[in-house]
Amino acid sequence: MNKLQKKILVFLMILTLLTPVGILLPIFFDAGDAWGEWSAETIKNMIGYVPQGLAKYTDNYKAPLSDYSTNSSDPSVIHQSGYYILSGVIGVIIILVVMFIFSKIIIKKNE
Amino acid sequence: MHIPDGYLSPQTYVPLFGAFIAVTAVAVKKIRKEVSVKNIPYLGMAAAFSFIIMMFNLPIPGGTTGHAVGSALVAIILGPWTAVVAVSVALIIQALIFGDGGITAIGANCFNMAIFMPFVAYYLFKIFCRHNKKKSGVFWSSFVAGYFSLFAAAVLTAIEFGIQPMIAHTSDGKALYCPYDLKIAIPAMAIEHLVIFCFAEGLITALIVMYFYKHEKSLIYALDKGGKNE
Repeated sequence: MNKLQKKILVFLMILTLLTPVGILLPIFFDAGDAWGEWSAETIKNMIGYVPQGLAKYTDNYKAPLSDYSTNSSDPSVIHQSGYYILSGVIGVIIILVVMFIFSKIIIKKNE
Repeated sequence: MHIPDGYLSPQTYVPLFGAFIAVTAVAVKKIRKEVSVKNIPYLGMAAAFSFIIMMFNLPIPGGTTGHAVGSALVAIILGPWTAVVAVSVALIIQALIFGDGGITAIGANCFNMAIFMPFVAYYLFKIFCRHNKKKSGVFWSSFVAGYFSLFAAAVLTAIEFGIQPMIAHTSDGKALYCPYDLKIAIPAMAIEHLVIFCFAEGLITALIVMYFYKHEKSLIYALDKGGKNE
């Protein structure tokens, strides 16, 4: 790994540690879900019913770390910040491994 | 911009899945041809960057949240075909592990953020940078590429949301999937992105491209490559 690549890795680590900004800022400015990413319950409050198709699909898949948290019912913002960083670290590691395997299989060009 | 499960009808997500698979197959071929072994570490870093930058949710005060995607930066530095694969991997991991974006919507989300967006960014950069490859030209071309590619992706996403009430509703007119039509979806998505989120994408793109421009200019795909990859 060259110097630039090491610098990029350090930069990515710093970014990962800063990710709680992404949950703290929305809380501070009282901002909610992204547009079009509401839960079935929220949709019901907004339009008075849950669209049938949406109801059918919505809970078909349970992600292991849903909402970037190991315990999304924990009300503590500090705990959630910790889960968020942990999710970031886990995500980055999985992605680096997947991309490395993919690259090793696909890329053969030497120059 | 991560469409969840249940918001798109099968008539929408199935074709988008097909398009995603087809474009990814081409991207894999292009990467095999263009990328050399010594650049392998950058691919993983690009995907990781995109993943992490999407965790920085930015608020519209009292309203919704959104985030930058990082596709524009990856497209300019590593080329749009590499961006297709790198950002797709980030999006697929987000859906599978973190429930961010639906499983049925993986094709749509990858199409919007990992295919459409990096190509828009790449060509915007090429067009704006054509006459001024000096510092200022590269900075502003990167900003424009980031700002407007995220905007374009947001509008495309809004169109996918907004056509749902038209193509899928019950006999009494109730929506089956996304309940908001184009008249609501497009302005909502367009305005929140133009006001805040696109600035984030433009700025991170421009600042990081400038870092590479100063320290490792030869690595910047969009400056290095000529006509043969267009």
